[in-house]
Amino acid sequence: MSLSSADSDQLTLVDGVREALRREMADDDRVLVLGEDVGKNGGVFRATGGLYDEFGSARVIDTPLAESGIVGTSIGMATKGLRPVAEMQFMGFIYPAFDQLVSHAARLRNRSRGRYTCPMVVRAPYGGGIRAPEHHSESMEALFAHQPGLKVVVPSTPSDAYGLLRASIRDPDPVVFLEPKRIYRSSREPVDFDAALPELGEAVVRREGSDVSVFTYGAMVPETLEAAEMAKEDLGISVEVVDLRTLSPLDRETMVDSLKRTGRAVVVHEAPLSGGLGGEVVSALQEEGLYHLEAPIKRVGGYDTPVPLHALEDFYLPAPVRIAEGIRETVEAEA
Amino acid sequence: MSTLQRDPEEQVQVLDENGGVVGEVPDLGDDELVEMYRAMRLARHFDKRAVSLQRQGRMGTYPPLSGQEGAQIGSTMALDDDDWMFPSYREHGGAVVRGVPLTQTLLYWMGHEDGNKMTPDTNVFPVAVPISTQILHATGAAWASKLKGDDEKAFICYFGDGGTSEGDFHEGLNFAGVFDTPNVFFCNNNQWAISVPRERQTASKTIAHKAVAYGFDGVQVDGMDPLAVYKVTRDAVEKAKNPGDRRRPTLIEAVQYRFGAHTTADDPTVYRDDDEVEKWKAKDPIPRLEKFLRETGRLDDESVDAVTQSVEEQVADAIDEAESVPRPEPSEMFESVYAEMPDHLREQMEDFEQLREQVGDEAFLRE
Repeated sequence: MSLSSADSDQLTLVDGVREALRREMADDDRVLVLGEDVGKNGGVFRATGGLYDEFGSARVIDTPLAESGIVGTSIGMATKGLRPVAEMQFMGFIYPAFDQLVSHAARLRNRSRGRYTCPMVVRAPYGGGIRAPEHHSESMEALFAHQPGLKVVVPSTPSDAYGLLRASIRDPDPVVFLEPKRIYRSSREPVDFDAALPELGEAVVRREGSDVSVFTYGAMVPETLEAAEMAKEDLGISVEVVDLRTLSPLDRETMVDSLKRTGRAVVVHEAPLSGGLGGEVVSALQEEGLYHLEAPIKRVGGYDTPVPLHALEDFYLPAPVRIAEGIRETVEAEA
Repeated sequence: MSTLQRDPEEQVQVLDENGGVVGEVPDLGDDELVEMYRAMRLARHFDKRAVSLQRQGRMGTYPPLSGQEGAQIGSTMALDDDDWMFPSYREHGGAVVRGVPLTQTLLYWMGHEDGNKMTPDTNVFPVAVPISTQILHATGAAWASKLKGDDEKAFICYFGDGGTSEGDFHEGLNFAGVFDTPNVFFCNNNQWAISVPRERQTASKTIAHKAVAYGFDGVQVDGMDPLAVYKVTRDAVEKAKNPGDRRRPTLIEAVQYRFGAHTTADDPTVYRDDDEVEKWKAKDPIPRLEKFLRETGRLDDESVDAVTQSVEEQVADAIDEAESVPRPEPSEMFESVYAEMPDHLREQMEDFEQLREQVGDEAFLRE
């Protein structure tokens, strides 16, 4: 496969991930990919498909089955001038690597006062909605967003998967790049490979509206857009949808600007509500936008339970009907 | 001498690939030997049907076990009733031997939590999907038994060749060695951790060798020879309870092969050759045991047909039963999180119930 052969017209989100990896590897010899089944198998979601054949086993590395090993050795590689992109097969299996991520990757720059740094990316598919087995549907981004020194990025479109992953690989600090596997293949769009890369830390308005702002990310973006349409059709509510894209650091400016336009806010994520990122978004909005608020901010999230096995998964994940209900409550709330 | 005290490179075998006797046949009655055969046939047939249910959209992702029946059935039959089993996620065949109904296994892979509500008195822990995490639980449970002065129980734990790369494998076996716990660590070395071959997991010559560093016995067995697996496991279980001058734990490496995919979400033709699969299929544990049982007069055409019919019926009944179980009540997801439901969770449940009443269940469903 040559670099020009990719069909830029119609890419899925997972295609965007793969193209980002290919192009970064082609452009920069320091970039390598490692993880479980990323090589010959091309990843369990085929996110690294074709890379093994194109770049060889020294740069697309099947490792032993050990997440702490993958992330810990990536740290060592990053300190020696390589740009490792480590894959965790599912977010539910990232925990053995948690110590390496939070105790070391996140802190190395600070504790060595910049002498050693960790320019690396840890990719992980996250979230529910694909009828996967137990421990395959978690959405635990808040654990990483809570950790100073890590950046946390979540794309929701093929173009963003492509652009944000390339930007993450080029970032001088460790990035946890969470891929919403539920929408890996749910839609296609043309991707401009030559466009300027997006900046990490920038949110984007996906839909403009005037009555309420809904802040969300990842697989909840399409669900929220569907809910926004329902709210418009059923209740005549004009909904603005802001895709946060980077969860740490948050783009407070775009968030507060949107709130100023609408005066009302809802936050949506599929992670459990308590201690989730929604609380951080609400805090930022009230700290910088309280006087623009016309109603309490509503959070719509996964419930404070483990993600149920798939027979009940649809009841756990925020469905458009539940998001629309949150929008209605917020818009109808009166002081 | 015990089968356990040997060079870890030497593989224990009782039946050769053609079912010929090459080792000492373990002390099992005729009925038990036929039951071993039947349990293996049941596991194989269940596996075939389960894969097909998944293909038809009647079940979620499922991890097949074909090829591994000899290791599963041979080892679980070597346990005593009071012993405990800590499975990974592929030991449905062995679980049946412990009394776990097939229906329960089906429910788990059909996405019902009740599939994990283990049947009382089977002494089987719930399935562990995160790799090798169960090893520490098995060590802890065995340690608790020892601390309570009970040396009547052994605790067997299953994991794969890939699982030996995880830190939890090391920590579990290390604790077991240090605290001399009554454990049997049973590694189903099926050669492939999804697409990654055994050689990529460890540079160690065998997995059994690893026991040396933990200070206890490590033994390699032909994992597709159910009689050899039975014998080795039985020796390890007995040693766990009556160690004599040996350490109680044992690491068993059962060398075998997964004939099918890692799970139904996997396509093994991407990473391994048909020739390799065929080579291992020649070691299939089922015809091997069948041949031995026929040649020793314990099975004939008629009894084999009867086994075929009875396993087909048992699996069909289990599928009917599992499919007749209605979708769990959605509010169940809130009920078992804590011993007592905290107020905020109760509020979430009440909000959920209220919305359900308003919009109906269909409004939530995506398919």
